[in-house]
Formats: sequence, C-alpha cells, structure tokens
Amino acid sequence: MTKEDNMMTGAQALMECMLAEGIDTIFGYPGGSILPVYNAMYDYRDRIHHVLVRHEQAAVHAAQGYARASGKVGVVVVTSGPGATNTVSGLADAMMDSTPLVLISGQVGSGSLGTDAFQEVNFVGITQAVTKWNIQIKRPEDLPAAFAKAFYVARSGRPGPVVIDFSKDAQTNSAPFHYEKNREHSILSYCPYPNIDMAKIDEAAALINLAKRPIAMIGQGVTLAGAEKELYNFLEKSGMPVASTLLGLSAIPSDHPQYVGMLGMHGNYGPNVKNKDYDLVVAIGMRFDDRVISNANTFACNAQVIHLDIDNAEISKLIYADVPVLGDAKETLPKITRRLQPRNHSEWIKEFRACDRIEMEAVIYPSIKPRTPYLRMAEVASAISEAYNHKAILVTDVGQHQMAAVRYFKYTSPRSVITSGGMGTMGFGVPAAIGAKISMPERDVILFVGDGGMQMNMQEMCTAMQENAHIRIVLLSNNYLGMVRQWQELFYDRRYSATPISNPDYEHIAAAYNFGFRRVERHDDLQAAIEEMKSYNGPFLLQACCEQEENIFPMVPAGASVTDVRLE
Amino acid sequence: MKKRDYILTVFSENRVGLLNQICTVLICKNVNIETLTTSESALAGVHKFTIYVQSTPEEIDLIAKQIEKKVDIMKVFVYTPDEVVMQEIALFKVSRGKSIERIIREHSVRILEVGDDYMVLERTGHTEDTQALLKLLQPYGVQQFVRSGLVAVIKAENEGVSSYLEERLRQKLAEESAEAGK
Repeated sequence: MTKEDNMMTGAQALMECMLAEGIDTIFGYPGGSILPVYNAMYDYRDRIHHVLVRHEQAAVHAAQGYARASGKVGVVVVTSGPGATNTVSGLADAMMDSTPLVLISGQVGSGSLGTDAFQEVNFVGITQAVTKWNIQIKRPEDLPAAFAKAFYVARSGRPGPVVIDFSKDAQTNSAPFHYEKNREHSILSYCPYPNIDMAKIDEAAALINLAKRPIAMIGQGVTLAGAEKELYNFLEKSGMPVASTLLGLSAIPSDHPQYVGMLGMHGNYGPNVKNKDYDLVVAIGMRFDDRVISNANTFACNAQVIHLDIDNAEISKLIYADVPVLGDAKETLPKITRRLQPRNHSEWIKEFRACDRIEMEAVIYPSIKPRTPYLRMAEVASAISEAYNHKAILVTDVGQHQMAAVRYFKYTSPRSVITSGGMGTMGFGVPAAIGAKISMPERDVILFVGDGGMQMNMQEMCTAMQENAHIRIVLLSNNYLGMVRQWQELFYDRRYSATPISNPDYEHIAAAYNFGFRRVERHDDLQAAIEEMKSYNGPFLLQACCEQEENIFPMVPAGASVTDVRLE
Repeated sequence: MKKRDYILTVFSENRVGLLNQICTVLICKNVNIETLTTSESALAGVHKFTIYVQSTPEEIDLIAKQIEKKVDIMKVFVYTPDEVVMQEIALFKVSRGKSIERIIREHSVRILEVGDDYMVLERTGHTEDTQALLKLLQPYGVQQFVRSGLVAVIKAENEGVSSYLEERLRQKLAEESAEAGK
C-alpha cells in the first residue's frame, strides 16, 4: 500500500523505509547528528531491534557477520564525524568481500555543510573508494527513493556496502512519505544482472567436455548467488574435482567426493601443487585474488580458463579468461550443465588423494595429533569442529588462527565460514561473531581469534553480554602476533620486531564481561574444556595456550608459483 | 609496456561527486589525467566526460571496466586518437604590436578582443598546434595562456550509449507494465 500525503519527519521515514524492506535488526551507536533518528527509533523499538555496539567499526563488522550468516542485508546506523570515520575499515572490508550493507550516517545540518562544523566530515568523499554507492540526503522527501535504491544496490548483482549520509535537518524536517521498492531496471545506469551470452555458454560447455584434467575453483560468488544446488549438479555431471577459495568454503561440504581442498597461500597441498597439470580451470564466482594465484604469470599456465562471474570488471583482471561467462552463477551454471556430457574424472581425482596423503603425513597428522608437549592450533580447531559435528558457524579473526581454523574445520552446510578475506581486517572476529549469532540464534557460532585480534575489538564482549548472544570465543594464544612472527622467522632472520605481545588475565576479562571461561594448556585437558564450552549456558571464552612458535603450513611464499608450495 | 594515448568517454547520470568516482579508479591505477572535459551529451539527462589519459592496452580496458562498474556510470568507451576527431581550444593574451600580425595571419588565429595595450587570441587545434603557436608568440610577450581539455567526437556511426539507453528504457518500460498488469 502506498501512503500518499502521509507526512512524517525524515527520521521517522527512515524507520518506515526499514520496515518496508523487512529490516528487524540494526547495529549502531548514537550521537549528536543522528539523534533525531534514535528518537524516532524509540517508537519502533518493538519492531526494530537496535544492537548497541561499543565502537562503530564493530557495528559494521557485526552487520557483516549478520549479513554473511543469513544472506540478509546488514544495516548500520552511526553519527557523523568520528562515528562515521570509525566505520571506514568495516566498509572497506565489506566492499572487498562483497557483503551487502546499508550504513546510515548522521551528518550536520545542510546549512552547516562545508563549514568545519562540530563533528562534520566529508563522509561521502571519504567513502567513495570503499562503497559500492553512496549518497547524501539533505531533504526528507529524497530519502525513500534513495533508501530503496541503496537497499537494492547493496544486495543486487555483486553485493557491497552503501552509505546514506543523512543531514540532521533532513531527519527533523517533514515530507509526505511514499515508499516504492526499487525495481531491477529502474536505475538506468546500473545493470546488476548482465544478459547471458549463450555463445559463451556453448563455448564453455565444449571446453569442459574436452578437458582431461579440469578443475573447478569456487568462490563466495556461489554462496552469494545461492547456487549451491546448481554447483552440485554441475559437479555431478562434469565429474571434475573442485577446490575452494577461502571465502568459497562451505559452499559444498568438505566430504564431497570431488572436493580436493582449499586454494591459496595456506591452502591444501593438492590443488596448489597440481596447478601446472590443469588443462582447464572453471572459475565460479571467484576473483583470482593474489593470495590464491600468488604469481599471475605462472598460475594455471597450461590451462584454459572459463570464468563465471557477475562482475565484468573481474574478467581478465589478473588471469586472462579464454571464455568469460558473465552472469549470476545460479543462471549460468545450469545452462552449462545442461550441455555437458556426463564424465568421470576419478583417476584424475585420485592424483589429488595422493597429494592429500603427502599433506596428511607432513602437516596434518603432526598438527592434530602432536607429539610435542604443547597444544597446536590445528589440534584445537579440529577437535572443536568434531565436537560440534561440523555443523557450527566458524567465524575467524585474521592471522595464524584464521588459517588453522579454516583448514581444520569441516563444513556440512552453506554459510558456515565468516572471515575477513580480502581486507584481512584484524578485530573483525568478535563483532562479526556477535552479528552472526544474532542473525542465526539457533546455530552454534564459534569464533577463533588470536592474541592480537582479540584485543582489537575485545570491548564487544560487552555487546555480547548486553545482547545475551551466546557466542563461543576460542582464543588461540601464543603470546605473539603469530602470522607476522612466522614471516619474520621465515623471511626476516627471526628478527621478532614488535611481535611479542602480552595478554591480560583472560579469566578476569571473561568474568568482567560475564563470560564463562576455561584456560587449557595440555592435550589431555582439551576435550573436557570443549565439552564445558559446549554445554555452557551463556557466552564463553576458551583460551587455548598453544605452542609459541608454531608455523602454518603448507605455505606458498608470496609471489612464488603456487606449485612451489612448502610443506615445512 | 609502452604507454599510449587513449580517449575515455564516460557517460553517466548527472549528479554530485561523479568526477570523484572516476578519479578513484584512476588514482588506484596511478594514471594521470592529461586533459578533461565534461558537458551534457546529445542525450537528455546524460552527462559526458571526455578524458585523455596515457596507459597500456591491458590497463585501459581494466580502467574502463572499473569505471563502468560504478552504479552511476552508464557506459565507458575507449578510443585511440585515430578513432576520433578531436580539438582543443587555446586562448592567448598578448601585448599589442605590429610584429605578431604575420603570425596571426599564418596560423589561422582568431582575434577575440583588442584592448588598449593587449590582444586576446584564440586558436583551436591539437596540442601540438597550440603549443607551437605559444612558442612563436612567447618572444613578443604572452601575458596569459590557457588551453582547454580535449573535446572529441567519434568517427564511428553512433556513440554506443544511445543503443544502451534505448535497451535500458525498453527494459524499464517492460518491467513497469508487467508490474502494472499484476
């Protein structure tokens, strides 16, 4: 129903816009220039739940966790000036990892714009490089259409963050409210779903039918398109092995018979070391990130490349696409599958299993069943994944623990990994876990975090307390900024510059934030600690004190060919 | 790889901050804007940027795609100088004097204004033409000099953006009538 001549303030209109788009949860922090919005929010508090974070950066990360766990659009509300600038890292992270967000920032009154007013900052200018789209609203009558467009742009095509910079007078002034959702073709300059070129579909299918040593490389695009089933069918008919990027993890279950592991710097041995053997790469919703390809000149140098992506700017950006297939994977994949001859590549897949055995012996087994006295990161991750029957949502921060966790967790359902991939934003973990738990309360949410990232947004434990969000934090402690230390060990003669880090007493921290707590240092105590965490009714912090100078392997040294992957 | 001259024509919505959006892409690629002209295009409501840059064939394609990806940008086209007819305009304020009359005659220079002790001259052409003229005039005292950005029209039959817009409008109308029929 439209509500012509329904006069209301811009602030109230914002609330109505949110309801119209089905938003029931927002993350934010109030302040001067957004006060009218918070005032209007008070009347909607039974319908729109506001999660008060403790830092605006965390509001964005929490909204990212919320969006990535549920597939919904994350919404953030902050004030102008520092409230706004604090969100920039989060926006950049969401931009890089294609996360749909709408951020509403307060702005000084339109009459004060450009006068260096209190808490004024050119937020539209600042965020142009880290948003998919942004707009400043200075009149209440402009808000509904802008909001509809913002919401549509954020979630359509390749998703991303959008900023609405909302001046204070536009929040307080009144205008008739009328809301209409944005249609696919109503923005002339924006075509989120490109027309599918059937000639490319035919070419792609022909190449796949001829390939002897093909591999599918999947990225987050599969999840964003909701194309898991379409991927299944494609894999079943093509018979080809499939590897995943970091963000593609959990799009198919880890125990899928054709799954050969994770790509990239700390990925599995097989998909990296076999790279020169591929005669065809079918890239599906992935962007050949430098952590995946390492060296663009040597990557898949004997292969032809079919690249399925919705974003034309990703085609041939780093790796030349012999056959670009533009479009939503949910549409393009079945069209290709229909044209495939059923194939069986089991002999080819066996070659990966041989690699798995090498990795198992050299890396995995010594990591999950260590003979050393100290706990190892992989051991903790593997045991926890097992304890939750591989059904939990894994959230990570950034660093060694991240690689250990994503490598040693197993996945049984989609949207089970939430990690900062492209930006590698330390401090992402704690708020993202809270957001994920709030959006998916029925799922177990387990955060892996290191000593560094924990202290970057540790204050958000208080948000978890206030929200009664029962997240599980697994802190892999080694008193180092571990990933940087690893590089210093391997590439900088063990000169541990600024990487030793002391920790607070986490037992006290946990108690202060009303978290359950357990510290574990010995192999024999691990299982009991996990059980305690599992059964605890409330948020929980498990500090696992791990071997201090453990390194993450396999590892592709930066810039090397991925086939030069090191096992030690 | 050796850099070459390219002319980017960017068609966009007409709203605040668009140049900044384009610049964001160019800054990331560390590409300098040699000249820039913006104006309305032949199509109502469509703004046109003509940007002259130096780049490599691979890089310029990525730049075009990344600019076109911006929500407010409709289309980006990349041309080499031989695909367009282009001109720049230069204005010179020089001291009055008999001695430059020959230069004015020989270089198809227009006289825009004559003051008591100065003249304002105009010359359109390519950069080399206006640069050469500047050099000739300099010994006689050039008080002010300004050269515009490059403007260009393409030699090919149509600009491409009109067919894009027609298609988008057709889709929009179809969508709206489908919606109304529900």
